[in-house]
Amino acid sequence: MRLFNGPIAFRGGGFAPRDRWLAGAATLLVILTGWQLGVWAGAISTLFLSSPVSIAETLWQLTLSGALWKHLSASLSRLLIGWIAGTIFGVATGIAAGLWSVMRSPVMAVVAALFPIPKIALVPLFIIWFGIGEGSKIITIALGVFFPTVVATMGGVDNVPRNLIRMGQSFGLSTGTIIRAIILPGAAPAILSGFRVTASLAIVLLVAAEMIGADAGIGAFVLSAGNLYDTDALLAGIVVLSLLGLAVAGLIGALERILLRWR
Amino acid sequence: MNTGLRLHLDQVSHAWGSLRVLESISLTARPGEVMVLIGPSGCGKSTLLNIMGGMLKPSSGTIRAEGAIADDCLNPMTYVFQDFALLPWRCVRDNVALVLENRLSKPARADRVREVLELTGLSDFAGALPKELSGGMRQRVGIARALAVRPACLLMDEPLSALDAQTRDLLLEEFVTLIGRANTTTIYVTHNLAEAARLGQQIVVLSRRPGRVREIFHVERPLTGRSADDPDLLALERTLWRIIRDDAAVAERERIDAVV
Repeated sequence: MRLFNGPIAFRGGGFAPRDRWLAGAATLLVILTGWQLGVWAGAISTLFLSSPVSIAETLWQLTLSGALWKHLSASLSRLLIGWIAGTIFGVATGIAAGLWSVMRSPVMAVVAALFPIPKIALVPLFIIWFGIGEGSKIITIALGVFFPTVVATMGGVDNVPRNLIRMGQSFGLSTGTIIRAIILPGAAPAILSGFRVTASLAIVLLVAAEMIGADAGIGAFVLSAGNLYDTDALLAGIVVLSLLGLAVAGLIGALERILLRWR
Repeated sequence: MNTGLRLHLDQVSHAWGSLRVLESISLTARPGEVMVLIGPSGCGKSTLLNIMGGMLKPSSGTIRAEGAIADDCLNPMTYVFQDFALLPWRCVRDNVALVLENRLSKPARADRVREVLELTGLSDFAGALPKELSGGMRQRVGIARALAVRPACLLMDEPLSALDAQTRDLLLEEFVTLIGRANTTTIYVTHNLAEAARLGQQIVVLSRRPGRVREIFHVERPLTGRSADDPDLLALERTLWRIIRDDAAVAERERIDAVV
């Protein structure tokens, strides 16, 4: 037997990480500074990796000359049209498959068969079908976005509490009202999580499609800079893609804060 | 104005696969009456309520409703749920307004919502989300939503069982007033015998599974004249317990055996 005599030590706390943006910004700053110092000290060859300052200068010149906007606007329009088309069809198909047995098995079969195919492998086929113009690139993005959106939406619909749907039915609400007022908001968290995945995927597919056949667009710009060994321009293009990814993630985060503030 | 519906159940039976849940239930709920369904766990009380509300097709038997329905009645058979079934993304006002959407004009909807929120003491919480309310307040929203459609028959599935004892007693008092004012027939499922004695005008005791009508009590005393410490109601409560005690014990043993 042991006697206990003393204060009770605190054992709780922890395991609740919080977002500290200052720590994130400081980490990026340390990496950039180390990189720049490495170039200045001659440890990093600018033939293979330009310095952050040179990349920033190139970006500034591209902005002033209008070249950045030319490539960015071409990419943004493809990205927006492809992503919105894939999302609209994906959400509609996911809701139908989540609600009606007659849709569920066919959709599941198509998703299982086509989802694993790397969509970029289909670009040559789409070029044959839709030509080298905008159609093939937009279809590639839309198809890449469609399947993950279907899967996320269907999962979201499956997770809408059944008691809420039964409540709607018991009050005699129409199917349209139940979908609009109960199922869509209930599935929104899963759909928005899906947006995070599909937005990143859309950027990857955009760049790949533009590298295969485009004169304008960030992907085409990066490829042409690489062919010319212009690492300043090549990395400037990659920085633009990174900023584009950050902006998209920020937009989706804002959307989540607005639509899911009830959680 | 509603006068309440008369509900007839004739030889209603139900089975989930090979499991017989209800057997040959024949009952009549009179217009404006509060019919309480009690019985041991698993006896099919909620299943019977769902059959009465048209949410479940019985395996056999018929159910009919008769009576005059007011012009402003939007949903004659209306539920109040045990788990409240409120949309967590809508505030109190919009949860109530949901059941009026596409049925009333916007101003009429706003008037109806204001009226039922006032009736249930929720006017000051119209903009609150369900997560910001206590259990008792959430169930008040459930009641307000039900009253908003001017029901001819209220179907209440253990509406107080998710609440603490104090809130339950307070809300029970309010039910008496609201049910009286709504002029509806009410079918009230509970496992709480005090609630049954306090609210029931016809108390139907079901046997353990498969649920059959074991006994029916009629309490003619008006709802508003009843109090929790009324000796007659306490005696009724004891009688009800005597009837279902053995069945409840067997049902509990069957549940434990099923788990083990």
